Amino acid sequence: METLQFRFEAGNRPLAGMPQLVGVVGSGNLEVLIEPAQLNGACEIEVRTAAVGFGATWEAVMADFHARWQLSDARISINDMGATPAVVGLRLDQAVESLTGGTP
Amino acid sequence: MSSYLELTARQRIPAIFDAGSFEEFLPPSARIASPHLAQLDAPVSFDDGVVVGRGRLDGMTVFGAAQEGGFMGGAVGEVHGAKLVGMLRRAVDENADAVVLLLESGGVRLHEANAGLIAVSEVMRAMLDARDAGIPVVALVGGSNGCFGGMGISARCANTVIMSEEGRLAMSGPEVIETASGVEEFDSRDRALVWRTTGGKHRYLLGDCQMLVPDDTSAFRQAAIGAIAEIKAAGSRLSLDDLLREQDMLTRRIALAEGLAEPMDIWRRLGIAEPASVPMLDADAFLALASRHRVQAGKGE
Repeated sequence: METLQFRFEAGNRPLAGMPQLVGVVGSGNLEVLIEPAQLNGACEIEVRTAAVGFGATWEAVMADFHARWQLSDARISINDMGATPAVVGLRLDQAVESLTGGTP
Repeated sequence: MSSYLELTARQRIPAIFDAGSFEEFLPPSARIASPHLAQLDAPVSFDDGVVVGRGRLDGMTVFGAAQEGGFMGGAVGEVHGAKLVGMLRRAVDENADAVVLLLESGGVRLHEANAGLIAVSEVMRAMLDARDAGIPVVALVGGSNGCFGGMGISARCANTVIMSEEGRLAMSGPEVIETASGVEEFDSRDRALVWRTTGGKHRYLLGDCQMLVPDDTSAFRQAAIGAIAEIKAAGSRLSLDDLLREQDMLTRRIALAEGLAEPMDIWRRLGIAEPASVPMLDADAFLALASRHRVQAGKGE
């Protein structure tokens, strides 16, 4: 297992509401837990993944995600079993939509 | 029509319980994950593969759980089992109207060894304690991973088991049998054989499930509501007479299946003239046929 941490400052879309979980920790899939959190306007993401050595790919997918949504005061926690970047991106969007009902 | 089979555990809860009524105990945000899997450096899930809580079903206060078959095949680890047991005990403490279990599990999570085995035995005890307190316990089996091993036994500790044809219920799963006893004994790749042996129709004919419904969330929901009413009407408290009737049914069933290895032969012995046609029958046609032939507790042959 590998644990990766990301923090994006100065988002402009504050998160509110009840924590939500989407996805399942199955082969090629992941679960995404999204919660509002007091983080001085930042969005923090922690990834625990079974696929070791893909830090650069995760970083690119997370940067794309933050560019799409610009979340602030949001904590995202991921348990991953080798999902592809496309699946990760879709699950992250699903997680935000389940909390906000909105689109980017 | 909305498939029950294809939903995740989290999607099934609002489809079965009254809309917006379910309050989850130990939600994912509490992050009560398996310490054993973490020690093995294996992926964990924030809910350890099960949703437990209290909601309303047709207005009644009903406690419930949904196992996630997609996470380690719904297997029961220490935390997963403890969540089920805690929910069942709280149902007794709060004198719930019923407990509805949405089961989908391969049984004990072998990674957790004895902790998983003990967890499953505690689940069985808690289910029987709930029944002893007069609380109806209903098990729904309709997920793609089926209900096997310790959870297969647990399901049969419920007052009523509701299945779809696609659901599967058994002790050892097909691949376990093949691994232990050889492909001549059981070919786990023969899907027709797997469903003839473990699927909802066979379980209904043999009296292991009391209600068979189409793979549809509202059919499962209505069947659960109906089952609770039926159990309450019959007097839901666990009694020796009930257990003796069940034992009698099992004894008759062993005699019935004596020497037979192929489910179709058993169906023929139950008096079904064309057993080969059974797998192809739709739910209504099958129920009409089965009503004349199936094994039931408390009824003679």
